[in-house]
Amino acid sequence: MAHAAIELKGIDKSFGSVHANRNISLTIPAGTIHGIIGENGAGKSTLMSILYGFYQADRGEIFVKGERAAILSSSDAIARGIGMVHQHFMLVHNFTVLENVILGAEGEPLLKTSIAKARSELNRLERDYGLEVDPDAIIEDLPVGLQQRVEILKALYRGAEILILDEPTGVLTPAEADHLFRILLQLKKEGKTIVLITHKLREIMAVTDNVSVMRQGALVATRKTAETTVEELAELMVGRRVLLRVEKSPVSAGDVLLSVRNLTVRDSRGVTMVDGVSFDVRAGEIVGIAGVAGNGQTELLETITGIREAASGSVFLAGRPVAVTGGADPADLRERGMAHVPEDRHHMGLVLPFEENENAILGYHRQKKYLKGPFLDIDAIRQDAREKIEKYDIRPADCRLKTANFSGGNQQKIVLSREMEQDPDVLIVGQPTRGVDVGAIEFIHRRLVEMRDKGKAVLLVSVELDEIRSLSDRILVMFSGRIVGERGPDATEGELGLLMAGVEGKEAAA
Amino acid sequence: MSAPYAKLPAWADYGLIPLINLTVAFIVAGLVVLLVGENPLRAAVILVDGALGRGQAIAYTLYYATSFIFTGLAVAVAFHCSLFNIGGEGQAYVGGLGVALACLAFDRVFPWWLTFPIAIAGAAVFGAAWALIPAYLQARRGSHIVITTIMFNFIAASLMVYLLVNVLKPPTLQAPSTRTFLEGGQLPKLNFMIEAMGLSVRSSPFNVSFLLALLAAFLVWVLIWRTRLGYEIRTRGHSPKAARYAGIGEARIIIVTMLISGALAGMMALNPVMGDQNRLQIDFVTGAGFVGIAVALMGRSHPAGIVPAAILFGMLYQGGAELAFEMPGISRDMIVIIQGLVILFAGALEHMFRPSLQTLFATVRPASVGAKAERAGGV
Repeated sequence: MAHAAIELKGIDKSFGSVHANRNISLTIPAGTIHGIIGENGAGKSTLMSILYGFYQADRGEIFVKGERAAILSSSDAIARGIGMVHQHFMLVHNFTVLENVILGAEGEPLLKTSIAKARSELNRLERDYGLEVDPDAIIEDLPVGLQQRVEILKALYRGAEILILDEPTGVLTPAEADHLFRILLQLKKEGKTIVLITHKLREIMAVTDNVSVMRQGALVATRKTAETTVEELAELMVGRRVLLRVEKSPVSAGDVLLSVRNLTVRDSRGVTMVDGVSFDVRAGEIVGIAGVAGNGQTELLETITGIREAASGSVFLAGRPVAVTGGADPADLRERGMAHVPEDRHHMGLVLPFEENENAILGYHRQKKYLKGPFLDIDAIRQDAREKIEKYDIRPADCRLKTANFSGGNQQKIVLSREMEQDPDVLIVGQPTRGVDVGAIEFIHRRLVEMRDKGKAVLLVSVELDEIRSLSDRILVMFSGRIVGERGPDATEGELGLLMAGVEGKEAAA
Repeated sequence: MSAPYAKLPAWADYGLIPLINLTVAFIVAGLVVLLVGENPLRAAVILVDGALGRGQAIAYTLYYATSFIFTGLAVAVAFHCSLFNIGGEGQAYVGGLGVALACLAFDRVFPWWLTFPIAIAGAAVFGAAWALIPAYLQARRGSHIVITTIMFNFIAASLMVYLLVNVLKPPTLQAPSTRTFLEGGQLPKLNFMIEAMGLSVRSSPFNVSFLLALLAAFLVWVLIWRTRLGYEIRTRGHSPKAARYAGIGEARIIIVTMLISGALAGMMALNPVMGDQNRLQIDFVTGAGFVGIAVALMGRSHPAGIVPAAILFGMLYQGGAELAFEMPGISRDMIVIIQGLVILFAGALEHMFRPSLQTLFATVRPASVGAKAERAGGV
C-alpha cells in the first residue's frame, strides 16, 4: 500500500492549563475523504492548525506522504501540498477571482505574466474538477457558494494534494452544499485527499470514507463511515446518549401575540432588506423562519425587537402597536413581555469583557430587584446569576468569570437563561444553536419547546434547516427579504431548499 | 475557532507589565541622555531626588499629580464609553473661568470653605459645558469627538485670551489675568501633611484640592462599577450593538458621559487657580489635559491605576524641572522627550511585551494562566 497522505503520531498541545490536543495519532489514507467531528472546543481546529502550521505541537510528529515533516508555518504546509479552506473566507472583496487566486503567489513584480499563467491554470482546474467560476468576476458580486469555490481554487492553484475544509457548509444553501460535495467527490476521484471538519453529522454520512471523532482534546474513535450510524457518532462526540429529534406534543395555538403587517426595512444604503413581510405568531406555537443567511432575517428580527427602524409597516405585540417606524425602545418592549435572544451573541447578546453576572442583567438592569437607588445591588445581581447558573447548568459555575471565557454553548445558555427567566409572553430567537455543541443544542431545543408548551409565542430564525424542521409548528421561508412560502413541519428538506433558493419565489406569502 | 490562549494573572497584568514598560522607557531615555553626552545614572538620581528627595520636592510632585488625577479621570470616564476625549485641555481651561468667577464673586463675603463648593460647581459646570457641544455633535451628528474636542481646545484658548484681556483684567494690571483672590478665594495648603512625616516644606503650591482629587477618584470608581449609569456607560463602551439591544439610548449615554468627563477636566482648574496662583492667568493648564491621556492609558482607566500614574507624571514634571536646572546638557525639551518615551511605552506600546510574557508564564507556571485566573475589571 502507498504511504498515507497524512500521519499524525502522538500530537500533544496545551495552551496554558488548557490541554487542547491529547496524544493524538491519526492516519489519513491518500485519496480519501476523512471527516473530523467533535463539539466546539474538542480540539479539531487546533489539530488542523497544527497541521497547517499556525501552531506547533508540544510533542508528536507529522508525516506527509510518508515523510517526516516539520511544519513551522503555513508556507511549509503549502510547500508540502497541504491547502486549507477556512470557515471565514480569506478573500479580498474588491479583487477579481484571478487576482485573489494569485494573491501571495504573484511570482514577479509585474502582474501581467502571472495573471496570464493563472488564467490558463484556472482553465485547466475548471476542466478537471468542474469548478466553474468566471475568472474576471469581482468577489463581492459572487454568491457565497462561488466564493468558497474560489478558496478551493486558490488551494489547488498552489498545488494542494491534501485539502482541509473547516466547516465548509455553514454558509451554504442545501443545494450549494450538495454541489460542494459533488466537487469533493470529483477531487477525490482525481486522487486528492480531503479532510472535512464539521459538526454536521449528516454531511459526514453523505461524503466521507472515514470519520474520526474528537472529544475534550482526545481522538476517541475512528470509524469507516459505512459501518457507523449518526446515533453512534453523536454519542461518541458527547460521551452520552443524545436525543437528536426533539420530542414535542401536538400544537395547541391560542391568541395571536405577535403580529407583523407589511413590514418593510431598508438598510443604511437604502437597500430594501425586508420587503412587505406579514405573519402572525400565536400563543403556544413555534413559528420558524428558514432561509439562507443574509436574506433579511437579521433585519426582520432587529426591527421587531425595536433595535432597527422600519421604513413602513406595523407590528403588534399582544394587540397593541409597536412603534417600529420610529421611537420603539427595546427596553419598553421588554417590559411589555417581549424577550429577544439575538443572532449575534458576541456583539449584541453579551458584552464579552463583562463578568457573567453583569451579562445576566443586560437589558433588565433597570429592574428594581437589581438596584438600590442609582446603585447596582451587587449581592442581588450575583445571587440571581448563581440561581440561573444552577438552573441552566452553565459551566464553569462561576458568576464572576469573564464571559469571554465561557464556551459558545455556555454563553448561549447565559443569554437564554436571562431572557427565559423573565417569563416573557413572546420570545424572539435568532440562531439559537450557532456555534453551540451537540449537548447544549439538545438542552436549548428542549427549553424552547418548554416555552411553547407553557403557552408562549416563539419566533425562531435559523439557517439550520434541521433545527427549523424539528422545532417549528409552522415554517416560513424567507428569500430576498420576502416570505416566499409557508409549510408545515413535515415539509421535506428538498421542498424547503428550493424555496430558500428562490426557485418558487412567485408563490404568495401566507 | 476556539483557540484558547494564555492569560496573565492580575498582578502581572496590572503590576508587572506597567513596570516593564516603564523600565524600558527609562532605558531608552537613558540612551538619549547618553547621546547628549551626560551620565544617565546621574540624571536618574537627580530626577528621582528632585521629585522625592525633600519635603519641598514631594509637595511639588503631589501638586502636579493633583492636576493629572483630575484630567486622567476625565479621559478614563470617556474611555469607558469608548470615547476619546482629548479636549481635557480646553475643558480645564474653561473650567478655570468657573473657578475664577466663583472666587471673584464670593471671596469678599465667604471664607474659603464656603467658596470652595461654589468654585467646584463652577469648575464642573463650565468644564462640562465645554464638552457638551462636541458630545452633542458626536451623539446626534456623528462628528468624530477626537476632531471636535481638539478644535474646542483652540477655541477655548482664544476665548480665554479674549476674556482675560478685554473683560476680566482690572485696568491697573499689566498682565492678562484677573485680580488676585482674597483669602476667601484661596485654598489652604497641605504642607502640614508632609511636615507631619518629619520633612520640611518651605513653601509649596500643594493644597486641599489634592484631597478632592482622591475623593473624585473614589467616586469615579463607584460611578463606573457600582451604578446603573456606569453599567450603561461600560456596555456602550464595549459594544454599541449590545447597548442598543439593551435599550440604552446611545445619544443620551454619549452626552452624559462627556458631561461627566468635561466636569472632571474642569475641576482640574481648582488646583492651580484657587490652590496656587489665586488668580486666573493665561495658559494655566500647561498641558495637564494632554498628560491626562497618558495617565489614563497607563492607569488602565481604573482610578486605582490613575492615582499612581498621576503621581509618576508628577514626579517627571517636578524631577524633570530639577534635572533641567542641574544638568546644563539637558534642556526643558529633553524632559519632554523623556515624558514622551514614558507615554510611548506605557501607552501606545502598552501591549508590546504582553505576548512574550504570556508565553513565559505559560511555560513556567501553566497553572497561573488558566482561564480561571481571569476576571473582568470589577474588583
